[in-house]
Amino acid sequence: MDLVDILLEPLGYDFMQRAFLVTVTAAIVCGVLSCWLVLIGWSLMGDAVSHAVLPGVVLAYVLGTPFAVGALVFGIAAVALIGIVRSTSRVKEDAAIGVVFTTLFALGIVLISVIPSQTDLNHILFGNLLGVSVADLVQVLALGAVTLATLVLKRRDLTLYAFDPTHANAIGLNPKVLGALLLGLLALTVVVALQAVGVILVVAMLIIPGATAYLLTDRIAKMLVISPAIAGACSLLGIYLSYYLDTSSGGMVVLVMGAVFALVYLFAPKHGVIGRWFATARRRAAIGRRRIV
Amino acid sequence: MTSPTIEPATPGAALEVRDVTVHYGEVLALDGASLRLERGIVCGLVGMNGSGKSTLFKVIMGMVKPDRGSVQILGGSPKEARKVGAVGYVPQNEDVDWAFPVSVRDVVMMGRYGFQGFTRRPRTADREAVDAALERVELTALADRSIGELSGGQRKRAFVARGLAQGAEVLLLDEPFAGVDKRSEATVTELLRELAADGRTVLVSSHDLHALPGLADEAVLLMRRVLMHASPAEVLRPENLARAFGVGPREAA
Repeated sequence: MDLVDILLEPLGYDFMQRAFLVTVTAAIVCGVLSCWLVLIGWSLMGDAVSHAVLPGVVLAYVLGTPFAVGALVFGIAAVALIGIVRSTSRVKEDAAIGVVFTTLFALGIVLISVIPSQTDLNHILFGNLLGVSVADLVQVLALGAVTLATLVLKRRDLTLYAFDPTHANAIGLNPKVLGALLLGLLALTVVVALQAVGVILVVAMLIIPGATAYLLTDRIAKMLVISPAIAGACSLLGIYLSYYLDTSSGGMVVLVMGAVFALVYLFAPKHGVIGRWFATARRRAAIGRRRIV
Repeated sequence: MTSPTIEPATPGAALEVRDVTVHYGEVLALDGASLRLERGIVCGLVGMNGSGKSTLFKVIMGMVKPDRGSVQILGGSPKEARKVGAVGYVPQNEDVDWAFPVSVRDVVMMGRYGFQGFTRRPRTADREAVDAALERVELTALADRSIGELSGGQRKRAFVARGLAQGAEVLLLDEPFAGVDKRSEATVTELLRELAADGRTVLVSSHDLHALPGLADEAVLLMRRVLMHASPAEVLRPENLARAFGVGPREAA
């Protein structure tokens, strides 16, 4: 079997085609959003929203509505609750996040245990890539397109918000609106990625690509290209690996992302650990030579 | 210093803060602070930590709503002033993420967002305004560096350039000399003096009392309210500083 056969074989199955489409879409949307989450320091918020949607997904299955609707309602509710707890009590933000998302996640688990349904907890927690229906695919593609378009069109405002919200306020833009926009897009993105990698691993897609790109460039404009490119490539590779090794697809995608991050962490030219080490060594050698001369 | 005989009666002061009181929960941050700045001056805002300097800035910027009192900028409401970008802000050193992946030019361009469309796509006028602002603060050669690669004084000038690109008539600088070496301090001081000579109004909060006479036309002594608003020399007299700092000037400086 040559490389072309290896690459083409999984595509012979309809369900694999859908799996590829769903994962790459999720990876690209997550990859773009990831840049701002990493720069603002909202990784924990990504974690929170992705867990908090669980009861929404369960209720959506029960009520027969699209699972995206339930997830979105609970994602936004979680963000609102976190904001309320933080601003109306002395509890700090990270604790407010921890309280709200674990409680909502627990509510989801309890709901699953009492509601007799076809819902498989494992599929929600870890994704159900091989069981993506045509309806699911349409939903993910539509939501993904809307979210991505909004992120790209408002990228300069989001960057301004991440860099200096006080200045945004000074020139008449409302930083609270921009923050809310970013959180709303986060909830949408989680919904897009849910089917591909599940509640638990969404946070990996929301953090790893942006963190990796941040080590590779000093310009946000480039980060916004590098991050989704890495995410997309990692998810393709991850699915192929899971197909041939017969392992969990969501798990494999995230493992590949983690491995790429590790390589970049070590070998990135300017910000990698070994890259920095070489740069220091070169400087020292240059100083040494000057002394000898 | 502006002299009332040369300056025609302006329709309004550059900045007027009237009887502003702010509480954070139980803590009283500002207690009836009033302040009026004419156009074209540099004013130093002096006070110890917790005297309400940052809160006063936030009230002027519209980030904090006062419990009582009002602010007027160029004779209008702060909201109107923000809409036309009349107030520029140079943040404190520790309030900026210096590893943020943006170039100096990117930062200055952020001054133009208020004039741009939905996606903030820069037009020719925006690029020209950014180039002119960079030229004005003498950072043209460094425009494509990352913001974190600049020295302390250059960073301040980059943010001043953002205010200029924005068309700010009133510039607020929060502790601009913290962590800045003496030579850069002199450059920034010279720039601020020139901006005031152009008719802009500059309000600088500073711990650096020694720099004040060379920088400012006026100084304001703040301790939750304005204790004194006079010439820097007058404000820096030991007995006056003792009122705000509770110690002698040597320790205060």
